Amino acid sequence: MIKFFLMVNKQGQTRLSRYYEHVEIHKRTMLEAEVIKNCLSRSKDQCSFIEYKDFKLVYRQYAALFVVVGINETENEMAVYELIHNFVEVLDKYFSRVVSETLNLLQSIYSLSKL
Amino acid sequence: NEEGCKSKEAEIKRINKELANIRSKFKGDKALDGYSKKKYVCKLLFIFLLGHDIDFGHMEAVNLLSSNRYTEKQIGYLFISVLVNSNSELIRLINNAIKNDLASRNPTFMGLALHCIANVGSREMAEAFAGEIPKILVAGDTMDSVKQSAALCLLRLYRTSPDLVPMGDWTSRVVHLLNDQHLGVVTAATSLITTLAQKNPEEFKTSVSLAVSRLSRIVTSASTDLQDYTYYFVPAPWLSVKLLRLLQCYPPPEDPAVRGRLTECLETILNKAQEPPKSKKVQHSNAKNAVLFEAISLIIHHDSEPNLLVRACNQLGQFLQHRETNLRYLALESMCTLASSEFSHEAVKTHIETVINALKTERDVSVRQRAVDLLYAMCDRSNAQQIVAEMLNYLETADYSIREEIVLKVAILAEKYAVDYTWYVDTILNLIRIAGDYVSEEVWYRVIQIVINRDDVQGYAAKTVFEALQAPACHENLVKVGGYILGEFGNLIAGDPRSSPLIQFNLLHSKFHLCSVPTRALLLSTYIKFVNLFPEIKTTIQDVLRSDSQLKNADVELQQRAVEYLRLSTIASTDILATVLEEMPPFPERESSILAKLKKKKGPGTVTDLEEIKKERSSDMNGSAEPASVNASAVVSLKTVLISVVDEVWKFVCKNNGVLFENQLLQIGLKSEFRQNLGRMFIFYGNKTSTQFLNFTPTVICSDDFLNYILCLNLQTKPVDPTVDGGAQVQQVVNIECVSDFMEAPILNIQFRYGGTFQNLSVKLPITLNKFFQPTEMSSQDFFQRWKQLSNPKQEVQNIFKAKHPMDAEITKAKIIGFGSALLEEVDPNPANFVGAGIIHTKTTQIGCLLRLEPNLQAQMYRLTLRTSKEAVSQRLCELLSEQF
Repeated sequence: MIKFFLMVNKQGQTRLSRYYEHVEIHKRTMLEAEVIKNCLSRSKDQCSFIEYKDFKLVYRQYAALFVVVGINETENEMAVYELIHNFVEVLDKYFSRVVSETLNLLQSIYSLSKL
Repeated sequence: NEEGCKSKEAEIKRINKELANIRSKFKGDKALDGYSKKKYVCKLLFIFLLGHDIDFGHMEAVNLLSSNRYTEKQIGYLFISVLVNSNSELIRLINNAIKNDLASRNPTFMGLALHCIANVGSREMAEAFAGEIPKILVAGDTMDSVKQSAALCLLRLYRTSPDLVPMGDWTSRVVHLLNDQHLGVVTAATSLITTLAQKNPEEFKTSVSLAVSRLSRIVTSASTDLQDYTYYFVPAPWLSVKLLRLLQCYPPPEDPAVRGRLTECLETILNKAQEPPKSKKVQHSNAKNAVLFEAISLIIHHDSEPNLLVRACNQLGQFLQHRETNLRYLALESMCTLASSEFSHEAVKTHIETVINALKTERDVSVRQRAVDLLYAMCDRSNAQQIVAEMLNYLETADYSIREEIVLKVAILAEKYAVDYTWYVDTILNLIRIAGDYVSEEVWYRVIQIVINRDDVQGYAAKTVFEALQAPACHENLVKVGGYILGEFGNLIAGDPRSSPLIQFNLLHSKFHLCSVPTRALLLSTYIKFVNLFPEIKTTIQDVLRSDSQLKNADVELQQRAVEYLRLSTIASTDILATVLEEMPPFPERESSILAKLKKKKGPGTVTDLEEIKKERSSDMNGSAEPASVNASAVVSLKTVLISVVDEVWKFVCKNNGVLFENQLLQIGLKSEFRQNLGRMFIFYGNKTSTQFLNFTPTVICSDDFLNYILCLNLQTKPVDPTVDGGAQVQQVVNIECVSDFMEAPILNIQFRYGGTFQNLSVKLPITLNKFFQPTEMSSQDFFQRWKQLSNPKQEVQNIFKAKHPMDAEITKAKIIGFGSALLEEVDPNPANFVGAGIIHTKTTQIGCLLRLEPNLQAQMYRLTLRTSKEAVSQRLCELLSEQF
């Protein structure tokens, strides 16, 4: 099951967040900060799956933007990894260029909920 | 309408201005038209998403729901999906709007409504719609897109409120959706079925054959067939993965035709992995590999086709050396589960060198961890020594966060595969040396247990530990282990002048002051054991015990031990000393607590399942050791920290008769009576077998500080006939005198021989402080007067706790009376509360006690207040009574 879907930039600002299970608002900010910290400290030699607490993070970097998905053990990591790419491609086609400044939030959320 | 704001303050100002504007428009006299409403609601939503709180606009959003224009409806739904509100009036309106849209037969509107339900998924919505949605899902005239949404919506509702989604006729029709032409519908249905099948496998059994044929068609399709669903030349990868997941909810198909088809399909997937790729793009290989890994997962789950398992293993073996870290990681993880299958275990072992290499060279700690897990999983007698050596090597430089787990694993492997126990002892001592901080109690308790149980390794252990202690800076855990072992077996090396008794003692004592309190306590025990083993250094030890730093030590435990041991060494004759300090008898064989600890650490997951399989698979366990001679006389023994004690005391707090303990061999029953500060307990031992018990020795021992104990509770028993015939019952009488208030229940230790085995068990005797409680009737006035008198905060103890049993007033009253207190009616102004009073009788004093129990039926909780003149008594009584409700 996908627990959450985040798009965070290198400065640590959350551009898009979607939670699929209930998480308190103040816990969300903590979670997002920790998650981006984990991702930023990764190098090229390391794999795209991070073991975090009792679940996993699958992340993928696109220029200055990180897409991070939290999953539990029922999901196939590789499939989710490609799902991220699929989503980014969809956004790309829809908005012609995925750049964090011009991300149209409403539409992104809408497409995400459709996916 | 994206604002290009320069600074945060400017942004906030701009936003506030906008909010004020919108607020006034909403409150305004003239009704807003649809377009404006939509515009402002949309703006509000946008502002919210930027991170500002919005507390109005819900009503307007709800209004938009009833519009007939798609764009207006869309914004309305979007708003309420994101800004969920728990206002019940609004919820009613929202549900109403949704209901209308669901019934509208307009697929776009139905879609919007379903999405909203899926995204919010609240309990109220579930209650309102969980019955409707299955109908929509399986209706013949529902459009594909709506079916998709309905399936996912139902999935969401099931996840949040499973009880509101009952199984019914619709389930078989949902299974048929797997055959739908529209792959989107199939995908959604597969997700739904996979979750539902976990709790209701029977209902969805028929999905297996449909899933297999579907998967088969996808995998063998040409690249032009599934146009919309082909991703970088891979046909429907996510759907394939989902179908493979669904199949993992069930065992291998029974129908040979279906099974054959599935095997073919899996072989095709494995074959494709070997073919040259259709595209150089990484997305292509990722998608292909996603399907491949899931297929391997299914093969492992079925564990029935040796051919497939070996092929899977080889494929994974290739990935172990792949360029891409992701693939190496996933391969290591997958191989871990593969290692436990008997068909592929040997095949997995062939990769040991690659895995060891990964351990040494991988840059990513998660990948190294997978390598450790895999080594652990593939370990057996043939490679145990090599694997343990590699893991110890790794431990030297491992991340701190994973050290404890590695320590536990090494300890388990060393014990399991030890042919020669000297190797085992060496390994554990190495563990302590390398990662002493992470060697938990369970690990070093275990090594002591094993050394005690095995005569052949005791001398070696003593020698090795002695040598290890010579190191200038050794870990405290080593001192603990060393102290204990030398205390028990130091005599085995005392003959050698290099490890004479005095040298041993000095060595240990040199570490004494560097250690923490618990370690020092252990060392003191070792010293008194030395007094017994080596009378020639008795005076040296006595001098140490006598020194001020011991006798006047700030820590109570240390001071007590020093005093007691000193006394013991002076007054006891050599015989008594020898009996009291006799060598520890072997421990009963039982499951290692280390395994339990590892399970707890890892939580649910593949590695711990391996434990179960490993246990079943393992060839021979430690052979049960021959027991040393049993202590025949009833004697008080010292801290028996390592034997697990059965604790059923709480059951007997409010009653005096019943069965205290039962296993296949023995039943222990109790019947007791108490009066004032005296009591008498009859213990009945029943031999449930047809064979005699020999050397039957029940002993009452005190758990902690025995001298202190005798001052509180005086127990006298007569020894029991040591032979108990099959089917017979023997009785033991315990006379009890409560001298002063006490906290701990005494322990009954029973040892006997049954057949060829030696039995040893310990169970707590339910002699609790409240047994000496006499009820005292008193008037309301008296009660409150005394209550006020005991108003010192130390005299009151309160506990607020959740009710463990149904809160029945009559039962509660009975329990309070059974506890020993008087139940005072019409004293508390609140009739629902319970009030009690009584006196604890001890030989030396009488302690008045008052109690008040306040139930909260709504919250299913209680508040219990105890007031007595002695803090410890209030504490103990509160503790005992809280457990009863």
